[in-house]
Amino acid sequence: MSSPAALPLVEIRNLAKSYRRGDQIVPVLSDITLDIQAGDFTALMGPSGSGKTTLLNLIAGIDKPDGGTLRVGGLDITRFSEAELADWRAANVGFVFQFYNLIPVLTAFENVELPLLLAGLSRGERRERVEMTLAVVGLADRSDHYPNELSGGQQQRVAIARAVIADPTLIMADEPTGDLDRASAAEILAMLQGLNQELGKTIIMVTHDAQAARAARALIHLEKGEIIGELERPGTQ
Amino acid sequence: MAVYLLKLVFRNAFRHRLRTLLTIVGLTVAVLAYGLLQTVVDAWYAGASAASAARLVTRNAISLAFSMPLSYEGRIRGVEGVTRVARSNWFGGIYQEPKNFFAQFAVSDNYIDLYPEFVLPEDQRAAYLRDRKGCLIGRQLADQFKLKVGDVLPLRGTIFPGTWEFVIRGVFDGVDSTKITRQMMFHWDYLNETLRRTAPRRADQVGIFVLGIDNPDNAAVISTQVDGLFRNSLAETLTETEQAFQLGFVAMSDQIIAAIRVVSYVVILIIMAVMANTMAMSARERTAEYATLKTLGFGPAFLALLIFGESLFICAVGGGLGMLLTSPAAAAFKGAAGGIFPVFTVSRDTLAMQLACAIAVGIAAAIVPAARAARVRIVEGLRAIA
Repeated sequence: MSSPAALPLVEIRNLAKSYRRGDQIVPVLSDITLDIQAGDFTALMGPSGSGKTTLLNLIAGIDKPDGGTLRVGGLDITRFSEAELADWRAANVGFVFQFYNLIPVLTAFENVELPLLLAGLSRGERRERVEMTLAVVGLADRSDHYPNELSGGQQQRVAIARAVIADPTLIMADEPTGDLDRASAAEILAMLQGLNQELGKTIIMVTHDAQAARAARALIHLEKGEIIGELERPGTQ
Repeated sequence: MAVYLLKLVFRNAFRHRLRTLLTIVGLTVAVLAYGLLQTVVDAWYAGASAASAARLVTRNAISLAFSMPLSYEGRIRGVEGVTRVARSNWFGGIYQEPKNFFAQFAVSDNYIDLYPEFVLPEDQRAAYLRDRKGCLIGRQLADQFKLKVGDVLPLRGTIFPGTWEFVIRGVFDGVDSTKITRQMMFHWDYLNETLRRTAPRRADQVGIFVLGIDNPDNAAVISTQVDGLFRNSLAETLTETEQAFQLGFVAMSDQIIAAIRVVSYVVILIIMAVMANTMAMSARERTAEYATLKTLGFGPAFLALLIFGESLFICAVGGGLGMLLTSPAAAAFKGAAGGIFPVFTVSRDTLAMQLACAIAVGIAAAIVPAARAARVRIVEGLRAIA
């Protein structure tokens, strides 16, 4: 997965995370050391409770570790304040969620436009980019539709458009096909592969679907908060 | 960004149309009720508000129920600074039936001269002065009972028994809508001459003296001098400004007014709780959306603006409707009250307070949900959708 010569985009050393449940402290991740190169498409796999979503959240800067270091693009994001993390996420991370997480009162166009509001672009520039991105995900004719007027696959495509609109370095996908039928899941995975191969986006995807994991070029298997296996494929399916 | 924010606020406000509609109706009713109750309080004080600073009232120091000898008039007139002295006795008659209550005064002929806020045509004034049984009525009274000049106004005496018939010789208007003209006045001499015949011991007694003074700044000095004239007499006097005199009446209803005031604020507190509940429910349902927005990089301030904006928008619509309806409702209330409140006008202060209450409700209702949304941890918020 990682080339010794290249500087990794994501550099994780001895990362640990636990949660408090009542009086108990429940360890979720322990001693995770991992490098992810720019341009990788990595799948995090493992059973429920293995810590894969927690690891994704830590890399995405929406949660903070208890120990260890986590550098993304050379920056130690564990030292960032909440406000700095928010700015960093807006500029560097795109998110695709299992349940799409679209804002129901906004149209497809407006949902995709959301991240651009923080980019300081003019209305015209925003419109141009949103129209182009919706066309890329094949939803140019659905831009005025609200999420409840779209199928699950279409909603996830809107979510992907929202994730890439601000041209982030990293795309984080948490079970992106978990709520979709097989055909829609295949479409979404193909789209993520396209983003990775054609646009060079670094993608980290959490899944427990082996079929979905095959779309990735690298596979990291977690169990009980530890990495128990890494696999790198020379090509993609 | 601002346009986007407003769009989100507006659409969020109408996500649960029935809930929002019911909240708006509640706000409308609460703001309307608040406005009407405050107007009732204002109406109570209307007489005192309209009182002139250039008039003093001298009454028996024991109580208004006791009178003073007519002879006091000349001595009061002699006090420096007093320009005019008029007599007035409360008549307390019944017109047709007790519910038709209105104020009736037996007054000296110079009484109306002390009230420049009442406008009486000169020919009607002359006709009144010529007719011993003549009387003057205010426009509000004339309108209420459809009375006009020349009509006979029969009153059944209560304090002064018998049936008294007066001929309306003039109808006076107030110089503006705040003046209470729902009253009647007739010749004090007519009452006194009748009493001399029928109840001589009650004759030559005056209920109150109304004093015109040269300078309102001298009110306190003149009052002291007047009361000093009658100290240690059988009928000691109490002289005070007309406003203080009127407020004395209002004070008799202090508890009622206080209760009305409290109720008006309780209404606002109740709707504040309802609104806070609405906003808390809305914000709780949108926890995952707030977490998503935070994930995308929007800060707590943006979420707070969304929640405060929605709360203020709903309150503006509900409060605005309440304010718009207050004046028509007050007019209807005044009509239904059958003239109990001769002046029942929604003041600018009341409208301003209604607006302030609506804004306060909007802000107060949003504080807790906004604070929660700002504090929500992204990971926990995202879990809410799953």
